[in-house]
Amino acid sequence: MVQQHTYDVVIVGAGGAGLRAALESSTRARTAVITKLYPTRSHTGAAQGGMCAALANVEEDNWEWHTWDTVKGGDFLVDQDAAEIMCREAIQAVYDLEHFGMPFNRTPEGKIDQRRFGGHTHHHGKGAVRRACFAADRTGHMILQTLYQQNIKNGTTFFDEFYVLDVMIVEGRAAGVIALELSTGELHVFRAKSVVMATGGYGRMFKVTSNAHALTGDGPGALYRQGVPMQDMEFFQFHPTGLYRLGILLSEAARGEGGILRNDSGEAFMERYAPTIKDLAPRDMVSRAIYTEIKNGNGAGPDKDYVYLDVSHLDPKVIDEKLPDITDFARTYLGVEPKKEGVPIQPTAHYAMGGIPTDVNAQVVTDSASTPLPGLFAAGECACVSVHGANRLGTNSLLDIVVFGKRAGIGAADHANSTPLWADLPDDPSGDVRRRIEAMTEHGEGERAAAIRAELQQSMDDNAGVYRTEVTLKEQVERLASLKERMSRVWVQDRSKRYNTDLLEAMELGYLLDLAETLVVGALARQESRGGHSREDFPARDDETWLKHTLAFQEDGEVKLAYKPVTITRYQPMERKY
Amino acid sequence: MDVTLKIRRFNPETDTESHVETYSIPDADPMDRVLDLLHYVKWNQDGSLVFRRSCAHGICGSDAMLINGANRLACKVLVRDLGANITVEPLRGLPVARDLAVDMEPFFASYKAMLPFLINDEPAPDTERLQSPKERARFDDTTKCILCAACTTSCPVYWADEEYFGPAAIVNAHRFIFDSRDRGAGRRLEVLNDKEGVWRCRTTFNCTDACPRGIKVTQAIQEVKRGLLFRKV
Repeated sequence: MVQQHTYDVVIVGAGGAGLRAALESSTRARTAVITKLYPTRSHTGAAQGGMCAALANVEEDNWEWHTWDTVKGGDFLVDQDAAEIMCREAIQAVYDLEHFGMPFNRTPEGKIDQRRFGGHTHHHGKGAVRRACFAADRTGHMILQTLYQQNIKNGTTFFDEFYVLDVMIVEGRAAGVIALELSTGELHVFRAKSVVMATGGYGRMFKVTSNAHALTGDGPGALYRQGVPMQDMEFFQFHPTGLYRLGILLSEAARGEGGILRNDSGEAFMERYAPTIKDLAPRDMVSRAIYTEIKNGNGAGPDKDYVYLDVSHLDPKVIDEKLPDITDFARTYLGVEPKKEGVPIQPTAHYAMGGIPTDVNAQVVTDSASTPLPGLFAAGECACVSVHGANRLGTNSLLDIVVFGKRAGIGAADHANSTPLWADLPDDPSGDVRRRIEAMTEHGEGERAAAIRAELQQSMDDNAGVYRTEVTLKEQVERLASLKERMSRVWVQDRSKRYNTDLLEAMELGYLLDLAETLVVGALARQESRGGHSREDFPARDDETWLKHTLAFQEDGEVKLAYKPVTITRYQPMERKY
Repeated sequence: MDVTLKIRRFNPETDTESHVETYSIPDADPMDRVLDLLHYVKWNQDGSLVFRRSCAHGICGSDAMLINGANRLACKVLVRDLGANITVEPLRGLPVARDLAVDMEPFFASYKAMLPFLINDEPAPDTERLQSPKERARFDDTTKCILCAACTTSCPVYWADEEYFGPAAIVNAHRFIFDSRDRGAGRRLEVLNDKEGVWRCRTTFNCTDACPRGIKVTQAIQEVKRGLLFRKV
């Protein structure tokens, strides 16, 4: 029995972006938040180090410097109008959170305290600046909790543990979503005038990743199948400091507080790669430096395949008060005491700069001319505004979700309120989804999703990681084609309806495979190195040919690429040195 | 090492009672998390096994369960700390939805009853409200809560009386009652003074032992009790 619901606005996902959107939308229009996880389980909660805003609470700063850092950090692929908006609105966004009850760390005067973070500088790169507002090393946890608390206060309507499997687009406008209620296995149709996608990232296409198991790109994946392009997918951030083998994140805040990366011989090697800001260079550069150290035989351990994050020289009080969680991770998972010894780390797949293309009002745009799709919005990691360009600066993700989440919520409500009628739904709107489920459940024993997923993750690490070449990428194109072919016959072993997480995982894998394909095809085409996309066979940035955004469309089951210009307002591209 | 993993299973679509199934995990690494073992079973042996998980490093609060008799997050307890015989069961005191997944709705209802949001109707300044580091430290411990329910479902009072709000709800009340910016302490203390409120706590300390975030849960509850007695926070 398919249940039908009607709202003005539906928001898909309840991490920071979805919850921030909901705060705006639910006070303006009838709104439902539909979320695969209980809201407080969202991966915003795993963000650690901080959220930058040029409050200038502890030293001179201004939002224009923040904008410059964001543009340069993104290797000039950033749309500068969007970055200006984000860095300007950052200041009010922090005050909004504080007024909502966010427990920021404080200065002796009682103001919000700030600390250093990778790539954030004063006077356009003259030195590191204290710009990151934080709550110990659980800033994301506190933002997620605070936004959820405000939604409780607001009486926002939530559909918890509902998995959105498709977005309805009727006559070129958003019409609603189809969701699977996990606790019953029943399908639900949600009609809406506006749909906001806020489903987060898709790092689970890689093996070593900081991302939660739930981060499988369901929102972008569903839209891609509807003909919406994916933007800049080849730009994926590998965070330098993942716990060895596990990929669990150790925040850049460790280096912001004075932590140092060391190779096997104990050398603070970042001094050679970024003489001015050393360990606080942007993440793409630090990850490449670590990879190079390991490749040159300077790695530690029996396989010489990791380096150390060293905080042992810091005041133990600083470690306990400002870095309690990440030191706990090192103790729990590696049995290492950070106060005494270096923590083994390696780069970990962390953040998708690419995603669903939007304008600065979080409205989804669908082609090289940035034509909007009425009623469809996206914000947060699943979206690509693009404020992060080719490489996101640390803390700018938490900023992105609150600034553009808010804009998405306002935009979605305004659109719904100015649209008199809901779109007519097709007959049997959930038919496609039902047939997809039946194709996985109603046939004899076969290969399960777990085996296919393991091969996807290992091969993406091997062929599309920190460094790529034409050879590895071509190999990965072929590998993905064969995995997709196997996926078409995938078998769900669990026959029950309630909490069929076996089915859930198979559906998730389908989206991951599609998005991996857009990443690899985009990376193969882009014959340059920029930000998070590093081609060993094309090591230089090539602005002449490649200062443009990639758009990946699905056409006849294949990836077709198009491009669109980068918006440049203040800053002309220059060489990126730190 | 080879691990024998016993899991209490229940599928309301087919079962009238729960039962224990036994799985053999060959060559488990002592550094494996219990969550890794559950995944091994689900991905290689039995796709019908149901449990919740997401972040896999103790932050999202999805995978609290009863592991060798104690409430733990499956992603934060390692094989080396448990040995070769491991038993996993669903949290007690909440209805089992399927296998290791319990119905979280009663838990979140208690949480919401605490008015878990900053209450302050005074006009906000243009910038931040000031708060000294000392005032901020006053409620630091209880901001760590991830709402995993490990504490509440370890509480004997909660098992016996499902109307009791339970430790996690009181922890979240504490987080606001002792926040210098909050003006809602009176309203929250009224709720907690109810017969199902804070006075039901018998200080058995199970909650403090169970908390994967190291929150001093019992102490927080005692501070709320004192706040009620003296109406001064």
